[in-house]
Amino acid sequence: MRVGLFIPCYVDQFYPGAAIATLQLLEKLGVDVTYPPDQTCCGQPMANSGFEHLTGGCNRLFIDNFSGFDYIVSPSGSCVLHIREHLHDEKREAEAKEISHKVWELTSFLTDVLKVQSLPSRFPYKVGVHQSCHGQRGLHLSSMTELVAPSFSKPGSLLAMVKDLELIELDRKDECCGFGGTFCVAEEAVSAKMGKDRVADHLRHGAEYITGADMSCLMHMEGILKRQGSQTKVLHIAEILNSQ
Amino acid sequence: MSSREKILAAVGQNKIKEEMPIPDIAPFEQIAYDDPIAQYETVLGNIGGKAHRVKSYEDIKAILAEKYDGRTQRVISLLPDLVDITSTGSVYEVNPEAHQLADVELAVIGAHFGVAENGSVWVTEELLGHRAVPFICQHLAAVISADQIIDTMHRAYIRIADGKYGFGTFIAGPSKTADIEQSLVLGAHGPRSMTVFIME
Amino acid sequence: MNTGTKDHAELAGIFNKDEDRVNWHDETLWWIRAKRDKIVHQLPEWEALRETASKIKFNVLGNMDTYLMEFEAAAKANGVTVHWAADAKEHNEIVHKLIAEQGVTQMVKSKSMLTEECHLNEYLATHGIEVIDSDLGERIVQLAGEPPSHIVLPCIHKKKEEIGDLFHMHLGTPSNMADPQFLTETARGSLRETFLTRKVALTGVNFAVAETGEFVVCTNEGNADMGAHLAKVHIACMGIEKLIPKREHLGVFLRLLTRSATGQPQTTYSSHFAKPRAGQEMHIVLVDNGRSVQLGREDFRNSLKCIRCGACMNTCPVYRRSGGHSYHTAVAGPIGSILAPNLDMKKYADLPFASTLCGSCSNVCPVKIDIHDQLYKWRQVLVKEGYAPTGKKIAMQVMAKTLASPTMYHAAGKMGRLTIKYAPFAVSNKLNPWYKERDMPSAPKESFGEWYAKNRK
Repeated sequence: MRVGLFIPCYVDQFYPGAAIATLQLLEKLGVDVTYPPDQTCCGQPMANSGFEHLTGGCNRLFIDNFSGFDYIVSPSGSCVLHIREHLHDEKREAEAKEISHKVWELTSFLTDVLKVQSLPSRFPYKVGVHQSCHGQRGLHLSSMTELVAPSFSKPGSLLAMVKDLELIELDRKDECCGFGGTFCVAEEAVSAKMGKDRVADHLRHGAEYITGADMSCLMHMEGILKRQGSQTKVLHIAEILNSQ
Repeated sequence: MSSREKILAAVGQNKIKEEMPIPDIAPFEQIAYDDPIAQYETVLGNIGGKAHRVKSYEDIKAILAEKYDGRTQRVISLLPDLVDITSTGSVYEVNPEAHQLADVELAVIGAHFGVAENGSVWVTEELLGHRAVPFICQHLAAVISADQIIDTMHRAYIRIADGKYGFGTFIAGPSKTADIEQSLVLGAHGPRSMTVFIME
Repeated sequence: MNTGTKDHAELAGIFNKDEDRVNWHDETLWWIRAKRDKIVHQLPEWEALRETASKIKFNVLGNMDTYLMEFEAAAKANGVTVHWAADAKEHNEIVHKLIAEQGVTQMVKSKSMLTEECHLNEYLATHGIEVIDSDLGERIVQLAGEPPSHIVLPCIHKKKEEIGDLFHMHLGTPSNMADPQFLTETARGSLRETFLTRKVALTGVNFAVAETGEFVVCTNEGNADMGAHLAKVHIACMGIEKLIPKREHLGVFLRLLTRSATGQPQTTYSSHFAKPRAGQEMHIVLVDNGRSVQLGREDFRNSLKCIRCGACMNTCPVYRRSGGHSYHTAVAGPIGSILAPNLDMKKYADLPFASTLCGSCSNVCPVKIDIHDQLYKWRQVLVKEGYAPTGKKIAMQVMAKTLASPTMYHAAGKMGRLTIKYAPFAVSNKLNPWYKERDMPSAPKESFGEWYAKNRK
């Protein structure tokens, strides 16, 4: 099984730790992982702003970088969802389609493809899970409170394998953090308020760490935690699953 | 071209061309409660109403007499069996001038059936004397037969599928509002209370 | 409400100046969302019911012309007069004519978002007709001189003290009296007088049955019935999308509507109007006002399935924290943001961007409208049609160019990280909206790409 590692641009630039943990975790599980060095961005920031027509360059680049892999794995539900739903190229439509079906978000790749049953990790802290909307509602990484359906959580089942980790309950299990790409600056007031409320829910329940499968939401919440001078930290789920 | 033609032409032009048959709703009609009467009582209680199981009209009169007095308050009944408690001692006679209903304290009506899932009763205008009766009175009481409590709205519409009525309504509990800070207040414009007598 | 040229972000910014009020607004609506969750989880068939309702509405959108004619014929046979209005103006003129024919200058009206959409009250006021809204929430915002901020809960943005002040000014209640029970009782008394004296009553329509020509109006207060049954003339105004094929389908929709809206099993009154009562006139006004255009927009036609339950507003984290008025359109929230651009792309170009695309709206929608996907699609349309601000256009072009080239991306990445590390003022300043309440991530010394090049291969 040849796996291409897809690291979103902002993770590459600002959160290399999350990317390194993803790589090491996959290697630990015996996966043959390669990181194509010329990758940049999935194109989502433009597309969500209404400029999907400007994403041709990103799409071409993505196809160039990731064709030929059995799976493409990424530690970001949001970027994976974008590729799954919107990757296209008029000249290479079949290839684009094939790639979009091979892209997996990290935690679901671990639970559904690798079918991981146990992990050698330990993380002795109280942890709150942020359900990122695109991963949850878009990729169905976990059940949604709005729907009448059985309850499950792919990130949750993985965190349950981590020794000494204590998961906290939240008042609102799956409310959006308010990041929303360019929404975070275009709608500054509402975005920041949503972020503050989300963080407050975690703090109220004693979270020492806030984790999730999407670094962008965590970046948003980290920005608020830091501004408030909080001791609580954010960590991508890969970093917890990879911890010893 | 009239607006009618204009709208119909635009709709015809723009409507979905793909065929979508009307889905089958029969599976929903199978939904049933173990004890529909108990369910009915619980739901009606939850929505601010009150159900009483009774064995006779005498039981109903006794319960109503605790709160209402036809001699000092205007009480009307559409049911011949309950005329004893009314102000006139007779069945309410239809008066097209609905405004004369403004001072009715209690109105007692019959209902075709009750619906367990939402605590409602189904009434049509023949049962009301005037369409305004169950809305304008200060308090409303309805009498239904225990074997006329059905499970769900799907079954309700099986019952009334071919019914001919000029006006019919499902009434579920007293009139209510929560428009002021979501504080529930019973008696918004219509009845302040709703009592349903389930005749066994 | 005249909001001038302010867009959603600005209006939401103003709303957010009072954080306590935002918390209160958010929690009140969340409480309703929680009630909705509680009741829908009691129905194992809930998702199947949504799917069925969505398909019935799909069928309606494919046969709307036939159903409209069927409905018209049945309603006429029932003794109801049917009117057709191509737009808001014609709708208002029809209603005005019907009132004028009675030689009166007053009308009582129960809740109808369609008449809000058409600005009927303002129109009638300019023609000397006084309209009194009888839904308590609508009456309150009417006294305040504001439009409703929510389609089901019109004055959800108002605190009881503010309502107490309004009642003190307009209805003579004692000052500083803010008890909901007392205020409701006052409104009851005042509106009872209105119901008893109005010759013409207007109501909205929740569902219209093509097969039978009847229409259903749902209220908790009983105000639609009080108006209609006491008046000589009943005018019911409906958008053409309110149709459903058969009476039996009401079972599906009534089960979904109120559970989604307020978490109740059903509204107190679900009234089926088929024929006028003896001596009464009944009129139905069928209104298009852009609906046939929306029907032709393949990506957006599903929005016409909407049954106006308001669940998408209650669940929307943006709506809860920005208030209904920030949407500056009759129907606020996520659904309003996909309906409004159809009416006026320029005026409502901001609304599809007033969302994080979190998708909760689509999940609660009882007719399974793909609301958040439509918000995404409207963004593409609005940008293509030229409604994006120039600054944003340029920024996006630069971004697209940079991200399409690995060389440029790597260079920009280095610069970006250096900027954060060594010149915090460059980004951490008041001009950057991110920085107002949030810090930037600390800059790592190298990117993952750089680390990988050193540590693997």
